[in-house]
Amino acid sequence: MYWEPDKECLDREELEQIQIERLQSTLTRVYQHVPFYRKKFNALGFSPEDVGSLADLGRLPFTTKADLRENYPYGLFAVPMREVVRVHASSGTTGLATVVGYTRNDIRMWSNLVARVLTAGGVTKDDVVQIAFGYGLFTGAFGIHYGAERIGASVIPASSGNTARQIQIMRDFKTTALVSTPSYALLVGDTLQEMGIPASALSLRYGLFGAEPWSDAMRREIEGKLGIVATDNYGLSEVIGPGVSGECLERQGLHINEDHFLVEVIHPETLQPVAPGEEGELVITTLTKEAFPMIRYRTRDLTRLLPGTCPCGRTGRRMSRVTGRTDDMLIIKGVNVFPSQIEHILFEIEGTEPHYQIVVDRKGAMDEVTVLVEVEESIFFDQMRRQKEMMDRIQKRLAHELGVHVDVRLVEPKTLARSEGKARRVIDNRKL
Amino acid sequence: MLRIKNLESGYGRLKVLKKVTMHIRSGEIVTIIGANGAGKTSLLKTIAGLLPARSGEILFDTKDIGNLPPEKVVFRGCSLVPEGRQVFAPMTVRENILLGAYTQYRNGKGGAVRDDIERVYGIFPRLRERERQLAGTLSGGEQQMLAIARALMARPKLIMMDEPSMGLAPLVIRDIFAVITRLRKEGGTVLLVEQNARAALGIADRGYVLETGRIIMEGEAEELLSNREVQRAYLGRDLDAEGKM
Repeated sequence: MYWEPDKECLDREELEQIQIERLQSTLTRVYQHVPFYRKKFNALGFSPEDVGSLADLGRLPFTTKADLRENYPYGLFAVPMREVVRVHASSGTTGLATVVGYTRNDIRMWSNLVARVLTAGGVTKDDVVQIAFGYGLFTGAFGIHYGAERIGASVIPASSGNTARQIQIMRDFKTTALVSTPSYALLVGDTLQEMGIPASALSLRYGLFGAEPWSDAMRREIEGKLGIVATDNYGLSEVIGPGVSGECLERQGLHINEDHFLVEVIHPETLQPVAPGEEGELVITTLTKEAFPMIRYRTRDLTRLLPGTCPCGRTGRRMSRVTGRTDDMLIIKGVNVFPSQIEHILFEIEGTEPHYQIVVDRKGAMDEVTVLVEVEESIFFDQMRRQKEMMDRIQKRLAHELGVHVDVRLVEPKTLARSEGKARRVIDNRKL
Repeated sequence: MLRIKNLESGYGRLKVLKKVTMHIRSGEIVTIIGANGAGKTSLLKTIAGLLPARSGEILFDTKDIGNLPPEKVVFRGCSLVPEGRQVFAPMTVRENILLGAYTQYRNGKGGAVRDDIERVYGIFPRLRERERQLAGTLSGGEQQMLAIARALMARPKLIMMDEPSMGLAPLVIRDIFAVITRLRKEGGTVLLVEQNARAALGIADRGYVLETGRIIMEGEAEELLSNREVQRAYLGRDLDAEGKM
């Protein structure tokens, strides 16, 4: 099943024609409308007219998360605000979010791309789709929501959390497709068992999971526990949100919507393209976005482009599951967390030492984060009450600023291992 | 059907088209919209071989037609209905139509010409009525029909039309556009250059926006119609004023 067969199965030559047309017009527009890009291009002596082939893209500068932050909130928008009908944001390292916008056309295009990904993952208009992503600034929930509606499926905007209620909805509303993070799907599976409800009592058939790295082992576990076929999909808010790529039911890599996104894989240090099929950092250029075009955005996600074609008939190249990140960003329950964010908060709290460690574990299905903080000796000699107060204060601040709950443990000074050179701040015990 | 890459052309030292890249699939109506002087007519003339291409490529049915003489382009199956009709005023309607069959005679398909005339008379019954009249005595709308009929006589795979609505009354424009839609229904492919962007996008599948020789936007007609920049610049809608109402 395809959503837009004429676009998902284009022959390569025609696809490349469309890509170069769209690249040329996108570059012309960003040069005209976004001072950030104009300045960058001018500094390189580069004019949009210099681009005659897709290979010329390599001459353009990269765009990074830092560029987005420096242009907070609307600096990289290519249209006036009156043409923007939606704004989303993702968490940043220092409390500054990165803000993205959509025109009416962008929303329509985005819905279509998500519809492609959902269709590839088995969803049809006859499905009842339960979306267990948090509705809010995060692009996941609304992106999937509009795509599922576009298909004509029945959408249940369940949002995240309250697992027992999710399961009740799932059972009573006869949900056939679950959209969530993979870790949440596992939690749903475990909770089902605890509640003594067999998967066969549900109507679930498909699960579409994303926003978090996961593995094939985890896929098998989720499929077993929920009695579904699970597919992986990928996207990021800086580029559009969900809808960049997704697996079809062959599950041999994620088909990239290449008529809308130009992808490159580079070596994260040399910034040169890797050999075909090798792993590297994914770099994306948007080809059709109006409000928030991105030129060579460094996603920091590690993946590789798979050789050969997929038996499903889609011609879009496939990327492997994202295996990790080139920076130290942690994805906890779908929320982006940078260790530097935690550090920043700790430094603001009186009585803490500049030594801390972040331990990430997976207990059952869910990620658990514990922050170990060295505190001044005086606090340890003090009463329990003061320690407890301090723990609560740190915990609240972190939860508030990170948007995700973390445990805090206070430790005596000089108890955390000191390493020479680069401190090992993060201990990730998750086996994905 | 038509695939253009990095096409550049112009007049003397003036570069009119700057790395224009676009394509048309068989069976599509594609429109080029843009202001006066954006390069729309130059683009059609360059494809038709009336204006030399300075660089880039024009592939028609995967074969390069860049810088072929105009008659060869017509032989390949690509005809132009020029801006301002350009019918031969002192000749009759029928003679004008027959001139369009020139390539058919050369191809030894002269025998089919009678059927082809019947076909264009089927599309434009008015021309049959005025068959023996001098083309110069026709109304603007009738001349436009004649120009299209003449182009159709070469049995083009791709028909390019330059401002077919220019100077015509709204009712006549509607007729002409109905004919364009009909041509597509009968398997034709149309490249339509229009200042009347709303009407053109109304019947087109896709469109390109040309601005000072560069394509600044492309997309499905529906998308371009709902793009506010296009609305402001080419559809004559002042949304800010509307918002205040």
